[in-house]
Formats: sequence, C-alpha cells, structure tokens
Amino acid sequence: MTHVSTAAVEEEPTTVGVPDPFWTRERRLGAGVTIIGLLAAAVFGALAESKEARFTLSTDATGAALTINGQFGTILFGVVAVVLGGVMLAGVAKSWQTALLSLGIAAFVLSFLCWQVAGKFLPLVDTASGSLEYALPLILGALAGVLGERSGVVNVAIEGQFLMGAFGAALVGTLATSVWAGLVSAMIGGVIIAAMLAVLAIRFLVDQVVVGIVLNLFALGITGFLYERLMQPNALEYNQPPQLPRWEVPGLADIPVLGPVLFHTNVLVWIALILVVVIHFALKWTRWGLRTRAVGEHPTAADTVGVRVRGLRYANVLLGGLIAGAGGAYFTLVSTGAFNKNMTAGAGFIALAALIFGRWTPFGALGAALFFGFAQKLAFYLSVAGSPVPNQFLNMLPYLATIVAVAGLVGRVRAPAADGMPYVKS
Amino acid sequence: MTDVTAPAEKDEQRPESFFGLFLRNMWSANTVTVTTLSIILALVIGAILIVVSDADVLAKFAYFTARPGDALGASGDLIGRAYADLFKGAIFDPASFRAWFDGTGTWQAAFNPVSETLTYAAPLVFTGLSVAIAFRGGLFNIGGQGQAVIGCVMAGVAGFAVGLPIGIHLVVALLAGALGGALWGFVPGLLKARTGAHEVITTIMLNYTATLFLGWLILQSGVRDPERSDAISKTIAHSAELPAMPAPLRVHLGIVLAVLATAGVAWLLDRSAFGFELRAVGVNPPAAKTAGMSVARTYTLLMVVAGALAGLGGATQVLGTADKLTAQVAGNIGFDGLLVALLGRNKPWGTLFAAILYGALRAGGNLMQVDVGISLELVTVLQALIVIFIAAPALVKAIFQLRAARAARLGASMAKGW
Amino acid sequence: MRGITKRFGDLVANDHIDITVEPGEVHALLGENGAGKSTLMNQLYGLLQPDEGEIVVNGEAKVFRSPRDAIAAGIGMVHQHFMLVPVFTVAENLALGAEEVRGGPLGILDRRRNRRDVLETSRKYGLPVDPDALVENLPVGAQQRVEIVKALIRDVDLLILDEPTAVLTPQETDELLRVMRSLAETGKSIVFITHKLREVKAIADRITVIRRGQTVAAVGPETSEDELAALMVGRDVSLEVTKTPADPGADILKITGLVVDDDRGIRAVDGVDLSVRAGEVLGVAGVQGNGQTELVEAIMGLRPVRTGRVELDGQDLAGRSTKQVLRAGVGYVPEDRSLDGVVKDFTVAENLVLDLYDRPPFGNGFQLNPKAIADSAAERVSQFDIRTASAGAAVGTLSGGNQQKVVVAREMSRPLRLLIASQPTRGVDVGSIEFIHRRIIHERDNGTAVLVVSSELDEVVGLADRIAVMYRGRILAIVSPDLPREEIGLLMAGITDAGEASK
Repeated sequence: MTHVSTAAVEEEPTTVGVPDPFWTRERRLGAGVTIIGLLAAAVFGALAESKEARFTLSTDATGAALTINGQFGTILFGVVAVVLGGVMLAGVAKSWQTALLSLGIAAFVLSFLCWQVAGKFLPLVDTASGSLEYALPLILGALAGVLGERSGVVNVAIEGQFLMGAFGAALVGTLATSVWAGLVSAMIGGVIIAAMLAVLAIRFLVDQVVVGIVLNLFALGITGFLYERLMQPNALEYNQPPQLPRWEVPGLADIPVLGPVLFHTNVLVWIALILVVVIHFALKWTRWGLRTRAVGEHPTAADTVGVRVRGLRYANVLLGGLIAGAGGAYFTLVSTGAFNKNMTAGAGFIALAALIFGRWTPFGALGAALFFGFAQKLAFYLSVAGSPVPNQFLNMLPYLATIVAVAGLVGRVRAPAADGMPYVKS
Repeated sequence: MTDVTAPAEKDEQRPESFFGLFLRNMWSANTVTVTTLSIILALVIGAILIVVSDADVLAKFAYFTARPGDALGASGDLIGRAYADLFKGAIFDPASFRAWFDGTGTWQAAFNPVSETLTYAAPLVFTGLSVAIAFRGGLFNIGGQGQAVIGCVMAGVAGFAVGLPIGIHLVVALLAGALGGALWGFVPGLLKARTGAHEVITTIMLNYTATLFLGWLILQSGVRDPERSDAISKTIAHSAELPAMPAPLRVHLGIVLAVLATAGVAWLLDRSAFGFELRAVGVNPPAAKTAGMSVARTYTLLMVVAGALAGLGGATQVLGTADKLTAQVAGNIGFDGLLVALLGRNKPWGTLFAAILYGALRAGGNLMQVDVGISLELVTVLQALIVIFIAAPALVKAIFQLRAARAARLGASMAKGW
Repeated sequence: MRGITKRFGDLVANDHIDITVEPGEVHALLGENGAGKSTLMNQLYGLLQPDEGEIVVNGEAKVFRSPRDAIAAGIGMVHQHFMLVPVFTVAENLALGAEEVRGGPLGILDRRRNRRDVLETSRKYGLPVDPDALVENLPVGAQQRVEIVKALIRDVDLLILDEPTAVLTPQETDELLRVMRSLAETGKSIVFITHKLREVKAIADRITVIRRGQTVAAVGPETSEDELAALMVGRDVSLEVTKTPADPGADILKITGLVVDDDRGIRAVDGVDLSVRAGEVLGVAGVQGNGQTELVEAIMGLRPVRTGRVELDGQDLAGRSTKQVLRAGVGYVPEDRSLDGVVKDFTVAENLVLDLYDRPPFGNGFQLNPKAIADSAAERVSQFDIRTASAGAAVGTLSGGNQQKVVVAREMSRPLRLLIASQPTRGVDVGSIEFIHRRIIHERDNGTAVLVVSSELDEVVGLADRIAVMYRGRILAIVSPDLPREEIGLLMAGITDAGEASK
C-alpha cells in the first residue's frame, strides 16, 4: 500500500513551478491565535473589573503574591497573543511554530485568569498541587495507553482499569487495613481488565475498540454489583481504606511554590513522574523500546527478524494494566477515601484524550494530563468563586481539545501505524 | 483468515441417524449456536457471582467438607430464585396469569413483564440501529451515547418549551430529538470526511461533552423546574408524550416506531442507492471512490443518519417514560446500543431482537433486585459478558469443543486501528 | 527441502515439493504469480509451517517454528514487500531483533556498536547504505540494499530474494544481479524467486520451475527461454497480441503541462504532455513508481491536479469529480484490483454495477432495481466468460483473473470515449490475460481511445500502437513498439540519446 516513489526522494529541480497556496497551516494557526488574542483583549477586557488580581504563592490568601490590575492584565495578555499570532502569520519563524502556538495559548489563558481573578485571589500552590492531583490518574492512565498503543494494542479500557483499581484498592485496603496492600490490589485489578483485553484482542483477534468499550461496561457492572452486594450494606467492614500518606522531602519541600507541590505529596505522584521519565527513555534507548516501537509500527517486519510480536504485546498491555490500576488507586486511596459506583466518571476517557493529545509519547501525555488537570482544577475554583463561566464548559475542555488535535487543526497527531491491528501470521 | 481451523474430521464410516446429524449440526459453531451458548456462559458466570457475593451462602461454604449439601442447596436455591425472577420479570409470571384467570388479578398485571421488556427495549432499538448502520458503512459510532443525550435534550425542550396541538407536538418533539442527534453525529462525520479524524476518538470525546452540556442546561432558568430543588427540568406537556397502554402498563408507541425504524434501516441498507454506497464505502473505500462515489459525502451523511437514529432513541426515552430531563435521563442507552448492535451482528432485524433481549434482561433485573436483593448491575455484567463471548466465537468454540463450521465472526473487518 | 506440502483450506499451495540448494550457487525458483513460490520460501524462513515434509540444513533435519529458528540456522530472506519499519533509521532497522546492548538486563541499546556493524558489513560486501537515514526517505533501490545488508549482518549462509527486481529499473536490476553473483562467490547460497525469464537466464546456476504448487522441472541455465516459459505456464504460449494496424482518428484525450503531487506532497507527475487518439492504444511504459499511478489518478479525478489541463473531447476534466469523469465516457481499470477495482464482500452482480447503480435501468439515485441488476449480471457473466458459481457469489471467492474480468466487463459495458487500463493483467492467469488483451483491442477497434499503463514491458509492446516512456514524472519519449526493447529499457532507466535525463 505504501508506494514509495523512486522519483521523489532525490531532490531535483522541477520543470514546472507551482505557487504554494497562501493559507498554509502555519498561517491559519497564526490567524487563529490572533483572533483569540483579539477576543481576549476585547471581551475579557470589557468584562473584567479594574481591580487587583492577586496570585498568592501559598495555599490561601496569605503570603507573598503576584498582583496585577485585572483589566490591564486581560488586555496586556490579549495583546501578547495577538502579537504572537501576527508573528506566525508573517511566517518568519517556522521552526518556532509549536513554541509560538503554546505561548499564544498560554497568553490567552493568562488573560482569562486576569479577568476571573480581578478583585479576588488565586492561590498558586493550591492550584498547582490541585492540578497535579487531578492529573495524577490521567498521567498513569495515559502511560498505560502509551505502553499498549506503541506496541499496537488500542486501549480504550483505561476507564475500566481505573474502576477495577479503585475497587480493588478500597476492598483489599480495608480488609488488610494496609494502604500498600490496597495499592497492590489496585494494580491487580487493573491487570485483570488488561489481561482480558490482551487475550481477546491478541489471541482472539476481536476488534480492540469493541473489547475496550465492552470491558468498560463489564468493569462498571461488576464493581457496581459487588459494591451494592458487599460495600453498601457494610461499609465499615469493606469500604473504608486507609489513605496514602503525604511524605515530605526535607529541604526540597521548602522551595517556594514548586517545593510543596512536588515534594510534600503522596508517593503515587512520584511514581507517576518517575514512570514518565523511565518509559520515555526506555522507549528510545533500550532493546525493549526498539522492539515495542517496531511491533507497533510494522509487526510483520519485527516478526521476520525474530521478535515475538504477540509476546511483547501481551507484556506491554499487562504492564499497562499495572500502571492504570495504580492510577485507579488514586480515586479511593487519595481522592475520596471510599469506593462508589462509577466513581471514575469518565476520567479514563480523559486519560485516553491525554494520550492522543500527547501524541502517544510519555512526555506529551504528561503535558496533556497536566493541562487537563489544570482545566479541572480551574473549573473547581471558578464554581467556588462564583464565576459566571459555567464549570461544565471548562470540564469539556479536554474533550474538545482532543477533537481539535485529531482533526489536525493543531499540528498532526499520528498514531503508531499498526495501532489496533491484530497480528495474524499470513 | 482468522478462524482457528480444527483438524479435518475423518469421515465417519457408519451411516448416521437423523438425530445424530441434527445434533452434529447443532454442535457446529453457527451463529445461533454461538449466540445461545454465549448467553448460557454469561448466565453461568452470573450465577457464580451471585453465590460468591452472598455472605450467608458463603458462610455455608465454610463448612463445605462437613455438610456439602447445605452450601450447594443454598447456592442452588439462591441462583434459582434469582434467575426465576429474571424470567418472571421479563416474560411472564405464572402466578399473575393464574390470578387473572381466577379473577383476583388484572390482565395488566399478567402482561406487565412483557410491557416492561418492550419499554426498555424501545430506545435500545434506536441506539442499536444507529451503531449498526454506521458499522455497515465502516464507521464505529461510539457516540450513540452523546447523540442520545442531545436527542433527549432537544426532544425534552421541545416537549415543555413549546405549546402545540396534540399529535403535531409529538411529531415536532421526535423530530427535534432526531435533529439534535443528527447534529451530534454530523460533527464527527464531517471531521472524518474532511480531516480524517478518527471517528472513534471524536465520538468518545463528544459523549462526555454532551453529558456535561446536559448537566449545565438543566440548571438554567427556563429549563429547571422551579418547584424542585434538585437538578431536574420541567415536565414535558402531555401533548408531546408518546401514547402508552393504560396504566400501570408502561409500554408506549416507541416500540412500534422502533419496529418501523428497523424496517426503514433494512430497506435503506438493501434497496436504496445510499445503502449501496454506504456498504461499498464500508468494506472498501478506495474501490468506492474509484467507482465514483464520494466517500466524504457518504461518511458525513451516514453519521447524520446514525446520529438521528440515536437521537430518536433519546427522544423515545424522554417522551415515552422519563417525562423530564435529569442528568441521568439517557441512562446508558448509547453504550447499551453498542452491545445490542454487536449482539445483533449489525443487521437491522438482529439488532431489534438483541434490543428486546437486553430489554428483557433489564426488566427481569428490576424484579430480581426488588425480590432477591441482587443488584441490577448484574444485568450489566451479563450484557457485557454475552457480547464478549459473541465477539470471540473462537473462545466459545474452545470452551464447548465445537467443530469449526461457518463461524460467525464480527469485528475482525472493523479492526483498522485509529 | 523434501516433500514440502502446504494447504490453505482446500487449496494445495505446495504439493510435495523437493528442492536442494548447494553452497555458493544461485538457485532460481521460477513460476507464475500464485504458483506457490513465496509460500514455499516462507516455510523455509519459518513464517509458515509445512503440513508435510521436512527441511534439512547441512544434513540435519530442522523444524522452523518462527523466523528466529531460521535465522539461527543461517537463513535470511528479502521479502517482496520490504520488511522495514519506515519511521526507523537504517541502523535501527538493521539492529532490530539482533540488538547490541549494554547494561545487562536493562538492555540499553549500544547504538555506536550497531552503527559500526552496519558500516562494516556495508563495506565488506560493497553495498553502500547510510545508517542514519530514515527508511521512509530512501528510494526503493536503497531500501532493497538495506534489506540485503539486514540479512548479511546476521551472517546468513542462504539468502532468499523474493521477486527482488519487480521494482527496479533494468540497470538497477543488472546491479543487483552483479551483487548476487559476488555474494555467491563468497560462498553464500542464494534462492532467487522470480517469474522473469531473462533474469533467470542471466544469473542462475540451477533453475527449479514450479507450477500450481508442484515442481515441474529442475534444469540448468542452458535451457532456452521458450522452454522455460513453456514449463512455467504448462503449454506453449505466445504472448504476442494479434491485432491489425491501428486506424487512429482525432485526439480524444489531450494532456498539457500536467503537474501532480503524490500523497506526501512530493512532485510525482512533472509537466506531462500526452494525447491519445480515437482508435489507438497508447502504452505507458516505465518502472513502477515513476508517476504513472498519479498520472492516471489525476485523469480520473482521484487526485488533485496542481496545474495543467486534462481535456476529453476538448472539455477540461481537471477539477471534476470521479463520477463526472466516468459519466463523460471514461472507462477505468485500476491497477490495484483488490483495493480499487472490486469490493470483495459484494456479489458479482453488485460489482458489475459499482459505478452504475444510481442510473437507469439499475436505479434512480434513490432506489435500486434488483431485477435489472440481476438480469444484466447474468448477461455479462456469460458474455465475458466470468467463471463463478453464480452472479450472487461474493467476488472475493473468484480467482484473480475472473475478478479482473468483472472489472473489465463493468467498464466495457457502457459506451466509452476513453478506456484507461492500468496493469490490466497483473496477477491474472494466462487464459484471462489473452481474453483481456483481446477485449482491449476490440474496444480500440470500436474507435475508443485506449491508454494502457503497465510495468510489464512485454505487455506494453504487445498492446500499444505508440509507447510513451515515463521516467521520474516526465514523458521521456514517445516511441514505436517496433523499437528494440533494449532501447526502451534504456529510456525506462532515464537514459536518452542526449545523455542521462536526470543529469
């Protein structure tokens, strides 16, 4: 199917010159950034109160703060976005495309914040650690997706793995009165769903998206069923898991803003961040990584040089199950403290969104997860602060951002070539 | 290419009896056999779940070696009661029939189980058809849920916000639901056609977007019921309700519309020019394109049709049973529709029967919950398990040692990744 | 290999085949498409497992459960479709499966050593490859070198080359044959799968001919081409197409200054001027991948035209939809039958109306007319000698030749101004080839303009009244089919009298 044209590669002057169309993707993006910048400056500027917006460097209103006049800030950052968009429109800095785009969006977000915070305060430490906490299951879920999908198995069952993980953590954590037993059981819960996914997709060649969706329903049903049979009538005995302790790294935790966020937190955060780095490097620099990528891109080629395609896929999907299960533990061991029916409420799909938005890479997924976590935290802040902007719309952001990304409006997202294809020997 | 080929059977020398032949055919893995066995397997696993989650019965297993009869008897009793309820709640309860003949009961009570089954089935038929028709056109519409939610919203708003004469109001509300779903299908269809964005990703994302939108809408003044403190909308006008059988029966016109929709989809697939196009695009887009069909137009139109069907499913839910919008008004009908379509093997009439089966499980599950206290969630587990087994016929074959016949597969042709 | 038998369902792909390869010899495996050559070699390479028979390497019977085992036994294979990961570099592709690692169980790639091994092997055998280039950016010839190096780096004793010349120019082919010879001289054995007689004659030490899954002969290189051809197809064949001289009329298709890009946005058709007249066959010769595909797709409205005009009877077709082009009286036999030509899950009858389903009498754009479709199908099936159980059978159940006849029947069953046939007989049995060629000439004699694109030079020479040679997106020359084929071959390689076209 891939016709590689011999004529194409060696660059040679063509006889017929054809002008390139003016509206390249770069220019369209630039126009988009300019428009949102104008919008921010005009609309937010008009709506914002001319009062101090305080961004405190703590978890509450006290302490040192960055302050700016709300109205001035909205207009300032709006204009910054317009300028960045203008640079992209001019088309001078082609290699800076992504950076300019990110800066443009960041300026838009800052403008929005100035509008919302004008006359109030936004505690930065609380916002940052809250964002990270919301992002935590997303990072782990997306990493599970990275492992599966880079080796060619589509994983839309992250939601189910979360639910089983959350349930396992609550049940075993309570029974054993040990948070660590809970964490391990969460991972086992994730692996159960992962194993079903792997066997059905790899051994029985069922469509991977179908399996994923059905497994989500299965996990929803079985955790809901056991919850109602066991946990609801007897919550004390079955559904009161201990919580993951917050650990503090002495010294590092005193760094302003970053310190309390990164170094006074639960161990799951560290696990997640370390996993991002480890998986990133392993994919690029190890034998396992090379083979995983080969199996996800061209399994037949990998098979013909003796790589065990199915074995590697099994291993990666199961490994992903462990990680996603740990992500599920967040819900019962960190966030709420007890299991509830369908408590993940679509987080698995936001993790999927983070995976895709992050272009199937660990660091991309981390960035996307943090961005989505920030949106969720902001939505929470706005609803508490009584903002006129409905929090539901901010909560839509991860989903809409992903649609924009896959539609190719912002750069190109490309899945591994053999993602979702069962491997059948000719 | 994917079937596990069993070793070629040696031809048996002795002549076979008719009955033997019949048995052998039964045991070869055809569609009906696989489906039946899948249901049986799911029920067996369900039975195990019932037992292991019951503290009283488990207590009896503690002294299993001493008095096995106790544990087995209690398990059998529990499973028997649960599944008897499933049947009574879904099809018919001999007791209520007896009461009707005695004159101590009413005919309504006797037919209530069937009424409940059909009530639950009606929206599933629509969402199932939505998934099935998209499948046939090579698109995996995971967005049935979101389309149904928007269908609910539009039909609901049309139901309480406008005043129209009886009859017309219902038609307008149904059309509004279909339009809402169509819009929610149009977006991924257009994105697929214009940019190649994978419909699985976009429709998943639109599901939650729709749910969040509904959550916001029912809090807005003009929509929210001012008499209530919780998040619930005004009640739709009587003129917009789907006419139902006399109470307490709940079955309504929706199931009739569902059958009509099934016939319509069957016609569309087999006899219409658009059906020809969508089937060609579904199995071989390059060939369809080469033959002059517009793949982009087909994708877009197909998602509009699929969305409209799911939207009608949502409308049926609101106008038939729910009467008002809540955050959970659409329940899980979109995702259940996916299971229904898979069980019905993406054929219109198959989908109808699958929807009725799922409706029956749901109706029976209600009685089971009330009577034996076994959570309705068990039904979700059963539904998912049935589809898992159906989707992997090789698994069923392996479990029951079936001979490989023209096995019913699904999904393999859809396996095309992101 | 002794008594190798492989079945796929009812089809016996290999029927008790024996083949022996000596060290240092080039052994040609000759046979038609679908004769079972690749199936046989896939078993030797462990990709498939034989149902019967055994594989003996250096006197020892072996069972290859996977390519791992075959590689361990010193067997390497270059597949017809390259087994390279496009987004990997050359070095990564060569390392895959035999990585040099450090750090024990961590398995950290030793990229420097991998790279050095690549350069060493490349230098040792005189096969230049750039270890840091991305494979997807390499031309086909270079990708093939990478494949050969990939086998050599694993120290194989026996190298299987599956149809290696299909994508090469005659000159690249000569280069490859030279490499094969020098490898054989270093003591490596080579199995060379092909259906091209000339190459067999040029290189092989021994020749095994396979027909319909059976060994029909094991002969030496002294056997004449005619004999080999007869062995291969089972009867004396004349690939000559009998036809009367053309009686060309006015220009039907006129292409001027056409520029088209391929899927990656790289110029594929680079200023082509071409015209096809009524009642003549214009053949386009060229090695696959020189813009022929894009040229045809652009005419058909399947690919956007960057600039230039495509006129049919003086009307510009550029920018029109495929449907409009078909409606204007263009018949199209696409090059990839199973991808573009037929819908395999559809019935024969449905495939016969694939581009006519919305026009009377078969339908009206809203509803189909099943009776008209069935009646017409029955007629076409007998008229075009389509061997099928019934018109209601799925096309996928038919043989390649009969599938192609379905395509031809569909395209020729309406009045045409222009017929475009791309690779009209690829993967088609000999009987069907003759039939299809006759129908094409018949269409020409009815006054239709015919454009035939084929990478089989014999086919172009046989059918065409004029030949346009295409190279790197341009028409290098328009020549007569009577020109000696060596000269056409040079043109296909971009060499004109004025010097090499690519400069």
